[in-house]
Amino acid sequence: MSPLIEARGLTRILPATVPVTLVRDVSLTIGEREFIAITGPSGSGKSSLLYLLGLLDEPTKGTLSLAGHATLGIHDEARAKLRLATIGFVFQFHFLLPEFTARENVEIPMRKLGRLSPGEMSRRATELLAAIGLADHLDKRPDQLSGGQRQRVAVARALANDPPLVLADEPTGSLDSTSSEQVFLILADLVRQRGKTVVAVTHDLDIASRVDRRIHLVDGKVVSDDCNKDKKAEPATPDAR
Amino acid sequence: MRLLLELAVTHILGRGRQTVVAIAGVALGVGFSIAMASLMQGGEDDFMAQLVDTMPHVQITDERRTARRQPAEDVFALAAIAGLRPKEDRRGILNPAEVGAMLRAFVPGRISMSLRTQGVVRYAGRDVGISIIGIDPEEEAAVSSVAGDFLEGSFASLAGGGNNIIVGDRLAERLGARLGTTVTVVSSTGQSRGFKIVGLFHTGTTARDEGEGYVLLKNAQILSERPNAINDIRIKLDDPSAAPAVARRAEAQTGYKTVPWQEANESLLEALVIRNVIMYTVVGAIMLVAGFGIFNIISTITHEKARDIAILKSLGFTQGDMRRLFLVEGLALGLGGSALGWVMGFSLCYAMSLVHFELSGAAVGREMTRLPLAWSIWHYVIAAGFALASAAVAGYLPARQAARLNPVDIIRGAS
Ligand SMILES: Nc1ncnc2c1ncn2[C@@H]1O[C@H](COP(=O)(O)OP(=O)(O)OP(=O)(O)O)[C@@H](O)[C@H]1O
Ligand SMILES: [Mg+2]
Repeated sequence: MSPLIEARGLTRILPATVPVTLVRDVSLTIGEREFIAITGPSGSGKSSLLYLLGLLDEPTKGTLSLAGHATLGIHDEARAKLRLATIGFVFQFHFLLPEFTARENVEIPMRKLGRLSPGEMSRRATELLAAIGLADHLDKRPDQLSGGQRQRVAVARALANDPPLVLADEPTGSLDSTSSEQVFLILADLVRQRGKTVVAVTHDLDIASRVDRRIHLVDGKVVSDDCNKDKKAEPATPDAR
Repeated sequence: MRLLLELAVTHILGRGRQTVVAIAGVALGVGFSIAMASLMQGGEDDFMAQLVDTMPHVQITDERRTARRQPAEDVFALAAIAGLRPKEDRRGILNPAEVGAMLRAFVPGRISMSLRTQGVVRYAGRDVGISIIGIDPEEEAAVSSVAGDFLEGSFASLAGGGNNIIVGDRLAERLGARLGTTVTVVSSTGQSRGFKIVGLFHTGTTARDEGEGYVLLKNAQILSERPNAINDIRIKLDDPSAAPAVARRAEAQTGYKTVPWQEANESLLEALVIRNVIMYTVVGAIMLVAGFGIFNIISTITHEKARDIAILKSLGFTQGDMRRLFLVEGLALGLGGSALGWVMGFSLCYAMSLVHFELSGAAVGREMTRLPLAWSIWHYVIAAGFALASAAVAGYLPARQAARLNPVDIIRGAS
């Protein structure tokens, strides 16, 4: 079975009079049920790498396959489809649509994919939100929610289409320690209980120490990629989802 | 698609005041276009109706478009004769009875065969040059619009015994003659006869009211010394639009120059076409301006909603979805504006139809007392079509831009 993410020599150079290299020759293999933190100093290219893995940006060089699908040189339509069904994104800023309620925001990716009936979508959105403690806030708009609540809605939205991969860019970056812990636990739960793979960019050393695998970037290059010894032994059971 | 519509609606409603302005712009454009088209079309219809009404639909004269085949060409195979001018035939249309029968056999309408010649009317020492038209009163009454313009008498009055003439009121005025006055008519050949005025008409066209005199056909033939001659056949068709076809057939069968009213008024009809071109140009310009309003709001929305676009694209919406979203928003404004514009255009037309102006003085005959208005669903369809087309373009340009937007740029900028 092919790995979830297979990156070979990923390089992203911004074309300019003085070209900027954001990501430099990154090769990674990421499987299912992995909990990964990407760390590194500010400006080291963590976000840039995440955008490449999430198909929001295209590499200048290298190859990337996602769940066995080649992702380069394919049509915008096909990339969008892949993004919709296999990736959930959580950004530092919540990025919810301001005119829609929490539940409606969570329903949007489902409606776009169009696999469920309206009733099923609404039920699933309610479940997802309830699972992260937002059962009482289903019909509130983003401006009626706290920062931590919004971020949790964003996590719920990322899970809307039950993607095998969740990419998070400093999901706790703008939150206080209590909310951060809450969001971290939710992410950890995704891996442990729902069998997702979570790749999270973080500055938080505490969080970084509690994940299964840490990828450290400096200047767009992977300088270390190691597994936390105590978690390494955990068996992968693909059918646990 | 429902989802896109929902997004479009939230975007549009989010900009209430601008939306109202954009829709009002389109509505004004559509409304005024409809009102203008209605007026222009009404004027044109009016004009055409008058034209068709007063003109013979098909006129056959004793001229030929090309010179007759020369005997030399018949006899010698190699002979070729060029540059001939058709000779004016004093004999007029040969065999009038046969030609008349031929025409009556197929023409769906009424026919009047007459002899037109030049002459002078003399009365009380005054000479006025006129066209003397020799007619059959019954035939002429069925063909000529003058039949409806009589102030005194009618075509039938000619048949009343003795030498009678019918003239326009202005001619009578110039001569100082009245109904019942006997005037002298002198033809170009020098023949001179006394004619009693038995009818007066007023068409409103000075050239006719001052320069035409109707007599019996046989009198005209005597005056011009052309017994049995006819040189002018006028046809009034049941369906005026059939004139070109009828004319073509008549010309092919008789060999005489036959002119449908469309050909006789070619330059007038061309002027109408130009008028229409001008009208559609103005409508187009109005819609262009309305389009700017739509362009303005859509591109404001795409800028304001750049973050939403980035979110949607990061969630898995395609470039096509984004294009469609803003195109739909533009079209929605165009549709809203068109609907409102229809109401406005209808109201404007209705208001104009109530305008009624009194003409002072001796307003007689066909003079206008109302604005000429034409009601046609096509004015509404075309105006809305223009509006939607301009809305589509106005929506598409920012939509394309929005679709190309790179979500990474926005996400970086926001976090
Ligand atoms: N549009 C751009 N033009 C020039 N340089 C850019 C542009 N975008 C990113 N960079 C540079 O690329 C490098 C990598 O940026 P990136 O956002 O990936 O870093 P990061 O590791 O996520 O940093 P942070 O921890 O601060 O979020 C940075 O040095 C940044 O300044
Ligand atoms: Mg970053």
